[in-house]
Amino acid sequence: MKTGKFLYSQKVAPYVFVLPFILSFAIFWIYPLITAFTMSFQKITPTTTDWVGFTNYAKLLKDKVFLLAIKNSATYMFFTLVLLIPFPMIFAVLMDSKIVKAKGVWKAILYMPALTSVVISGMLFRLMFTEYKTGQMNLITQALGLGTYKWLKNGWSGMLALLVLACWRWTGVNMLYFLSGLKAIDPALYEAADIDGATPVQKFFRVTLPLLKPTTIYVLTISVYAGLAMFLESYMLWAGNASPNNIGLTIVGYLYRRGIEKNDMGYACAVGVVLLIVALIINFAQLIMNGTFKKEED
Amino acid sequence: MAETKRRDLSHTPSFKIKTILGTGFFVVLCVIIAFPVVAGLLASFRPGTELIRRGLSIDFNFTTMTTANYRYLFGGNEDSRKYFMWYKNSLLIAVVSVVLTLFICYFVAYGLTMYDFKLRNLLFTLVIATMMVPFEILMLPMYKEVIALKLIDTYAGVILPGLCGASTIFFFRQYLSGLPKELLSAARIDGANEYYISVKIILPLAKPAFASMGILCAMGVWNAILWPLLVLKGAEKFTLPIGLNTLLTPYGNNYDVLIAGSMFGILPIFIIFLLFQKYIIDGMTAGAVKG
Repeated sequence: MKTGKFLYSQKVAPYVFVLPFILSFAIFWIYPLITAFTMSFQKITPTTTDWVGFTNYAKLLKDKVFLLAIKNSATYMFFTLVLLIPFPMIFAVLMDSKIVKAKGVWKAILYMPALTSVVISGMLFRLMFTEYKTGQMNLITQALGLGTYKWLKNGWSGMLALLVLACWRWTGVNMLYFLSGLKAIDPALYEAADIDGATPVQKFFRVTLPLLKPTTIYVLTISVYAGLAMFLESYMLWAGNASPNNIGLTIVGYLYRRGIEKNDMGYACAVGVVLLIVALIINFAQLIMNGTFKKEED
Repeated sequence: MAETKRRDLSHTPSFKIKTILGTGFFVVLCVIIAFPVVAGLLASFRPGTELIRRGLSIDFNFTTMTTANYRYLFGGNEDSRKYFMWYKNSLLIAVVSVVLTLFICYFVAYGLTMYDFKLRNLLFTLVIATMMVPFEILMLPMYKEVIALKLIDTYAGVILPGLCGASTIFFFRQYLSGLPKELLSAARIDGANEYYISVKIILPLAKPAFASMGILCAMGVWNAILWPLLVLKGAEKFTLPIGLNTLLTPYGNNYDVLIAGSMFGILPIFIIFLLFQKYIIDGMTAGAVKG
């Protein structure tokens, strides 16, 4: 009875409510996070675990495959930012205007790719980028008189395939983010701009763009994360984690290869820690951007 | 004044041309976006060997189409049995995950929103912190942990780590903070206890949030690959994406089942999406506006 009353008190109830989070946080976040750090200083074989200091990190710096993986992930991230922020933003502005009819249909179709599992979309894109002359990409190049191409066997075209897949999957989603951002802008501002005789281009740069900044920062952050941590797209496009000359290898792909396929957990965790540091640096940069934004607003 | 001006504009020829161009732009974009799925759907009515030989070709010649792949997929043979076992596993995991995630995240968010207690701000900061570390970094230690906990190759191992999704808690918190706190004090005066209030009074008010998060969560779980790929070892426990992935061999000997199975695997998600589109978009974009 006494414990019953205790549990029902207003002081204790909040702790009961948040208890699952505390447990999950301890077991599935803080513990693995700390373990990732400690493991990165270890040499782990199925039977032994030895402390090796910074050996894994020293090896990483000289590891040409790792450097290639970083280059691939960084290139992918860079181009997804270039392609998946401005274009969806412009599409959203267009979608929000009066000159587009049947909006619901287009929004639904543009969102569909995000519902498709990477296993399925990766398979479909692998077939479209096939080296045979009947594949879509080769049909296009042949129509342009360029002949056929081995898309998934060369560095730049492999990256192109990954980027086309990314654009296909995320254009609609990012457009919806920007659309919801646009809905939050006070229409009176546009009316005021109209009265001042602003052109549509001026309205975009003076009203829309500045007021979309919170949405842009949000999309930027998730895109940076998704870009840096990309793995499955590459895994599925090349049907496994092995692309020719590692043209599709990403940081997480290398972590997976080392940790799971080669069972070298210590080294793989060092890869993970490097990824974490990069992610946190970008996150802090984003927080600073957010902070300066708030000052402007005041 | 501005209104009448706009209404007048909509009848001018230049506005009509603009409408055709604007709408036409999205028609073209949607054709491009829909292409791979439509091509996949058409290809699923042709032999799998053709996929390997010709890639994904659009061929509207209906006379050469056959439902053989689907008849084989539903045919009760060994492949069909395996496929529907994966389908069933995916459904089971999705339903259990969604129900548990929703209730757990709701109650956590409730605790964080409705009470002023010592650890509240710290805990909320921790919720945000978990969003800042990509899952891929925790993947290997968690894999070792799941082995140590003897949860490897079990559904519990697949489901448990995802139950306290930070973004779901975040969304519920945003929703709940919009509700008047007087509801709680009024109920307390009536003698209701804290848990009764959270279940019987506030929860029904949070139904739209449950709908949004439930659908988003279901889609995420249905399509999850990386973690189930690590945890599940036996083919009889695979989820649909993991199972389909095993068919994706370079030799292409299974493409009949693969293509028909893929298309049938997209179906439940597409149906849910078409039925609950509004909730999905609300839930998804909640974080993007307020930042």
